[in-house]
Amino acid sequence: MFWYIIRRLLAAIPTLLAVLTLVFVIVRIVPGDPAIVILGDQATPDCIAALHAKLGLDKPIWQQYVEFLGQSLSGDFGRSMVTGRPILTDVGAVLPHTIDLTLASLIVGSVIGIPVGIWAALHRNRPIDYAARLLSLIGLSFPVFVSGIFILLLFALHLRLFPVIGNARLDDPLDRLDKLVLPAATLGLVMAAYITRVTRSAMLSVLGEDYIRTARAKGIPWRRVVWRHGLRNAAMPVVTVVGLYIGILIGNSVLTEIVFNRPGLGKIIVGALNQRDYTMLQGLMVIYCFLIVVVNLITDVTYGIIDPRVKQ
Amino acid sequence: MNDATQLRPKLRWTGTVSTGVSAALRFVTRYPATSIGAVLCLIVVAAALLAPWISPFDPNDQHIIDRLQSPNTTYLLGTDSFGRDVLSRILWGARISLLVAVTSIAAAIAVGGTIGMISGYIGGRVDLFVMQTMDVLLSFPSLILGLIVVALLGPELINLVFAIALTAIAPFARIARAPVLSLKERAFIEAGRALGFSHTRILFVHLLPNILSEVLVMGSLWMATAVRTEASLSFIGLGVKPPTATWGGMMREGFENILDAPWLSVWPGIAILLLVLGLNMIGDGLRDATDPRLRGEA
Amino acid sequence: MSHPTLEVVGLKKHFVVGKGFPRPVTTTVRAVDGIDFHVDQGEAFGLVGESGCGKSTAARAVLRLIEPDAGAIRFADTDVRAAKGSALNALRRHMQMVFQDPYSSLNPRRSIGRTLAEPLAVHGIARGKAGRAMAASLLAEVGLPDTALDRYPHEFSGGQRQRIGIARALALQPELLVADEPVSALDVSVQAQVLLLLKELQTRRGLAFVFVSHDLGVIRWFCSRVAVMYLGRIVEQGPVARVFARPRHPYTQMLRDASPIPDPAQRGVLPRVVGEIPSAAAPPPGCHFHPRCPRASDICRVSYPEWNDPDGQGFACHHPLDPG
Repeated sequence: MFWYIIRRLLAAIPTLLAVLTLVFVIVRIVPGDPAIVILGDQATPDCIAALHAKLGLDKPIWQQYVEFLGQSLSGDFGRSMVTGRPILTDVGAVLPHTIDLTLASLIVGSVIGIPVGIWAALHRNRPIDYAARLLSLIGLSFPVFVSGIFILLLFALHLRLFPVIGNARLDDPLDRLDKLVLPAATLGLVMAAYITRVTRSAMLSVLGEDYIRTARAKGIPWRRVVWRHGLRNAAMPVVTVVGLYIGILIGNSVLTEIVFNRPGLGKIIVGALNQRDYTMLQGLMVIYCFLIVVVNLITDVTYGIIDPRVKQ
Repeated sequence: MNDATQLRPKLRWTGTVSTGVSAALRFVTRYPATSIGAVLCLIVVAAALLAPWISPFDPNDQHIIDRLQSPNTTYLLGTDSFGRDVLSRILWGARISLLVAVTSIAAAIAVGGTIGMISGYIGGRVDLFVMQTMDVLLSFPSLILGLIVVALLGPELINLVFAIALTAIAPFARIARAPVLSLKERAFIEAGRALGFSHTRILFVHLLPNILSEVLVMGSLWMATAVRTEASLSFIGLGVKPPTATWGGMMREGFENILDAPWLSVWPGIAILLLVLGLNMIGDGLRDATDPRLRGEA
Repeated sequence: MSHPTLEVVGLKKHFVVGKGFPRPVTTTVRAVDGIDFHVDQGEAFGLVGESGCGKSTAARAVLRLIEPDAGAIRFADTDVRAAKGSALNALRRHMQMVFQDPYSSLNPRRSIGRTLAEPLAVHGIARGKAGRAMAASLLAEVGLPDTALDRYPHEFSGGQRQRIGIARALALQPELLVADEPVSALDVSVQAQVLLLLKELQTRRGLAFVFVSHDLGVIRWFCSRVAVMYLGRIVEQGPVARVFARPRHPYTQMLRDASPIPDPAQRGVLPRVVGEIPSAAAPPPGCHFHPRCPRASDICRVSYPEWNDPDGQGFACHHPLDPG
């Protein structure tokens, strides 16, 4: 296990470097001068040159690259061009909201998705299965901002059950939970759709295994077979979904935060877009890189704990 | 030997209307999900093609007196805050959604598919490197990637297509590579080399037709994602510039008036949902039909 | 003895496999470890051995389908290993291959007509109608009707597909066919038909063959000379009748005794098969065969035996069996 974790850690380093390089390349290969994007078409050459110097764009490209890597890896994500505050401070202030949302939606997604997925697999090609498949297909066809707006209209405006928008106070757990219900339901339903599909197909392949047939042939009650093997194997899909769909989860959390006007990484990124905060955008991308690499690392290690075969 | 070709339904047009109808009926009963999906998509395609003739109003005409009207007999789906007819805008908006989805995914298939095929065909360290690069691209959240690319390039149609294509290159590289890995071990590829065929010929004449169906099935699934991403970017304000009618843009404008005119958000939302669902149903059904091993799974 | 069409000297092919972490262990698989043989014009030369002995790798290396690591291959006075581009393409017209698996050797999405006409077009021999006519005559030569032209591989049986594979190999009018287990994937009843077809082509077209097989019966019937391979090396070589009637190498004898003899009256001694073929990644020191050999002595564990009798029908053994 120890070597397995070390191996994963070492494997994460080149991934991190590669993702950071990707960020650098995207920011650089995109045609057009960021200074012109920031200042507008009418900017004077002097202004542009000044901004170039400020952003370090006047240096040779390799030097920019090395400095970028060095700063990123030492945890220096830069400062906002607009406010001048360190990016990490702004992000740190809202990160709990984003983590609240993503964790809550994963819980909602698992609580709905795992049982429905198992249930559908057990009733393969029967009405229940078709209904579950159709519903999960609808669930993942909904752009999350559309379902978010629909949920907002129904529960907040029509039924008036929950607050419309929420800037929750972090020190008040009840308030935090109250403002979390609708956004978590929105994002959770999307995750439920993914988890249902993954659980269903994982169950189907497990149920086709010889050891299941052996267990049945030995006279172990069906319910017990499903319970013992199903539950253990249902853990994998959730881990898979987190690892595989982390990108979707992050993208969707941005949209959810916009719809429900929640503070979080999503709102920061949109704010930076509107203010053309170039350094902020780059810093956010780097932070996303770290998030992805860390989540993938956790997923891999969890795999190793759940499934002893992975360690080899 | 169960070739995929044998299992695919054969629909041959034999010339009479009745056989055509019965063949269509057979298809519908055998693949109900795909058929429903196809109908949904055909409706959207028809709306996009016929928009100039079937829209009751010009999508950009501002009927200032009639602004924010709820659905009525004149304006079937109501009007927005500029007094523009929502139904007309939804019909015209279908054009942007389809245009972006089709062109971006076609570009992603062309670039990603070629990369994946060549990488898998060459194999070895080259393949390892290319695929790890693709994995990195794949691990990056596609919405964030698209968002930042459009933000840097500016909200133009072509940039939108470029950004969405960029997010879909890696998956198509993966999809195209996997079958090449097993196909290239088949003796007919070795026979081609023994017969002195060029690598280009082996890749594009012999391998390509064998992986095309898988790539196209995934294409319809990814077109669904492309429609969703385009709508999301437009909703954030990074789509095609107003006043051009786009579904995501309409949602954005509607969201600003959600208290007074909820229908402004509902109709384009339903339009997006139907198109994405239709594409997903086609893709899901086709995947089940073309791959008997996956039938009824995932 | 006529001038050799194909001459192979010291052919080697090693595969390197690396595995493990933190310290990867690399193993070298000596699939083909220095073999010499030659094939005369119109001659059927057999390569026989257990699976994993490197006979298929050797056959592919001759056609440069696998790049050899060392050794010389000469075909009709052309250096095969040095050939590139158009010279290599010209060589391909002289040497063709027949594959083992008739199912995977045809592109499932191409009609038979297109499969047969394609090499003609690529090599600029015939296009369009002329190509189709030639494809039809190729089919006729392997005993299939020209209605097959517009049909697809899955509409044919294994034996028919193998005939199509042979027709494709003939399209470029080669002088040498490398046949890698051409009948071992077929039903026994079909094997004989395909073998007869190959024999007929050999006489009619004057084709030379490198015939790879694990089946001694097939080799005995089809080939005039044979080389027996064991773990990447040739252990005995010579005319088929002599090699199987009076083997000099104990391994050849073991192979012969292990293969069923049709006439029960002739079954004298029980087959003496000892052990299994070791991995080519870690061949035993000395003579590779010594752990299974009934005649092994101390020297066999230390040194690999020299090649005796270098007139093209020798053996490599410290303790050869008596001739006759």
